[in-house]
Amino acid sequence: MGIIKTAKLIYEYVQHDEENKVAEVNRAVDAVDIDIETGEFVAVLGHNGSGKSTLAKHMNALLLPTEGTIWVGEDDTKNEGALWKIRQTAGMVFQNPDNQIVASIVEEDVGFGPENMGVETRKIWERVDESLKAVGMTAYRTFSPNRLSGGQKQRVAIAGVMAMRPKCIVLDEPTAMLDPNGRKEVIRTVRELNEKENITVILITHYMEEAISADRIIVMDDGKVVMEGKPKEVFSQVDRLKEYRLDVPQMTELAFELRKEGLTLPEDILTIEEMVEALCRLR
Amino acid sequence: MSITLKNVSYCYNQGTAMEAHALKNVNLEIPDGQFIGLIGHTGSGKSTLIQHLNGLVRATSGEIWYGDRNIYEEGFRMKELRSKVGLVFQYPEHQLFEIDVFTDVCFGPKNLGLDQDEIKRRAVESLSLVGLDESYYEKSPFELSGGEKRRVAIAGVLAMRPEVLILDEPTAGLDPKGRDDILDQVAYLQKERQITVVLVSHSMEDVAKYVDRIIVMNHGEAVFDGSVKEVFSHYKELEAIGLAAPQVTYLMHGLKEKGFDVDENATTIEEAKASILSALGR
Repeated sequence: MGIIKTAKLIYEYVQHDEENKVAEVNRAVDAVDIDIETGEFVAVLGHNGSGKSTLAKHMNALLLPTEGTIWVGEDDTKNEGALWKIRQTAGMVFQNPDNQIVASIVEEDVGFGPENMGVETRKIWERVDESLKAVGMTAYRTFSPNRLSGGQKQRVAIAGVMAMRPKCIVLDEPTAMLDPNGRKEVIRTVRELNEKENITVILITHYMEEAISADRIIVMDDGKVVMEGKPKEVFSQVDRLKEYRLDVPQMTELAFELRKEGLTLPEDILTIEEMVEALCRLR
Repeated sequence: MSITLKNVSYCYNQGTAMEAHALKNVNLEIPDGQFIGLIGHTGSGKSTLIQHLNGLVRATSGEIWYGDRNIYEEGFRMKELRSKVGLVFQYPEHQLFEIDVFTDVCFGPKNLGLDQDEIKRRAVESLSLVGLDESYYEKSPFELSGGEKRRVAIAGVLAMRPEVLILDEPTAGLDPKGRDDILDQVAYLQKERQITVVLVSHSMEDVAKYVDRIIVMNHGEAVFDGSVKEVFSHYKELEAIGLAAPQVTYLMHGLKEKGFDVDENATTIEEAKASILSALGR
């Protein structure tokens, strides 16, 4: 069994009117079955309101299913006794770094998680050292977070999650508010954690380029999983992705346009290097 | 009307140990009707700069002219300037507060002291400009999607009939279709209304696709100012200051190295497509 598995997972947001009667039911996640392996890097794509974030919030029991089941590690999230264990297994990073930093010094912020878990002081410092090193922020440990750039703050937030020694990190649009360099820093950090530390990564993003290096892409629409596969398999279906209000990486789009003009180019071009190579073959 | 900045500097906490320069000697001319992209890494001074343009922040030194009037001279009506230069902040949907969409959009014109009919006329007009029809008027802002909320917020600023529209990362957090919708709408407005638009963005691809001119900020200075092609031809320097060129530009340089006769200054997919086809003799 994988690290995160769902069976017919359904979540409904229920609105009540003034008399506390049910006024509206909105099914945000609709019978989702996914199975994520330990060590996998999965990107989740989908338009605003497609259910990505609602699904993500189930992965550390911030939300509990209306129907169906989700297991994190070995635990069903409905099992209240396992709550702490689940939140240690799967850590979350959100969009806005300013909403997730609590302390006034970087190293104290990173130590906040393990401190709350009751880890002994000496071990907390060990974990802080390791986590800051893993995200490349050791040089900033005594800085005040408000002196950091967006990308740096987001890396501190990731270090804070790492210090809890999770097996899995769920990132909900971690780069949406960052500049190009900040985006690169964060994605590089996440990829390294995945490769070197074998942390399972679930990355929700609106930037198609960030999904290129994932092992697998899951596309959501209207609460359902509508496409699933390797980046090359998913991104080769340009028209279908556009129907879901999504996009493809710029190189894939250019290849698509050039194919329309009669050039023989492979359908699975994702990167600049692949494009240069394919065009060289046409000469 | 045009906006002119002469040697504008802005300093936080002046005279204290925390003194920090957010803007250093910025000189800019923003003529009527231009579509301008403002780029720069986080903390480069972009947001401070745009807050000067409608007088929200006062320059520590230097002058800002709106048309032929210095906005810092005595008797200049800042309130009027703010109705002419509309500023849409980041995540503007957080600023929606009225009970329904229509009332929210009316808030600006109501504060201008206009009569009821004019207020309504402007709200209808600006909502239609952002592509929201009557079916949205009575909805609560909370019932809308992220992209729709953002359009309501933009309509609220448009209802003031600004001559200059400044948008601070209007597409952050939106899905690809939502991004395209908002920017297409802004481009349409810019043409239709002949207004000046200043677009602050972290997406080099979006900037390349929409704007006429790019201003690049770094450490409080405007380090590049020119056409899209001119600015992105400095892609190595842009990288050194935390930015990048559109992906297409890198592809064209890669192809050039391999001996293709392509235009290395192409910045959009359309331009790259045309240039590659002609290099291959199609």
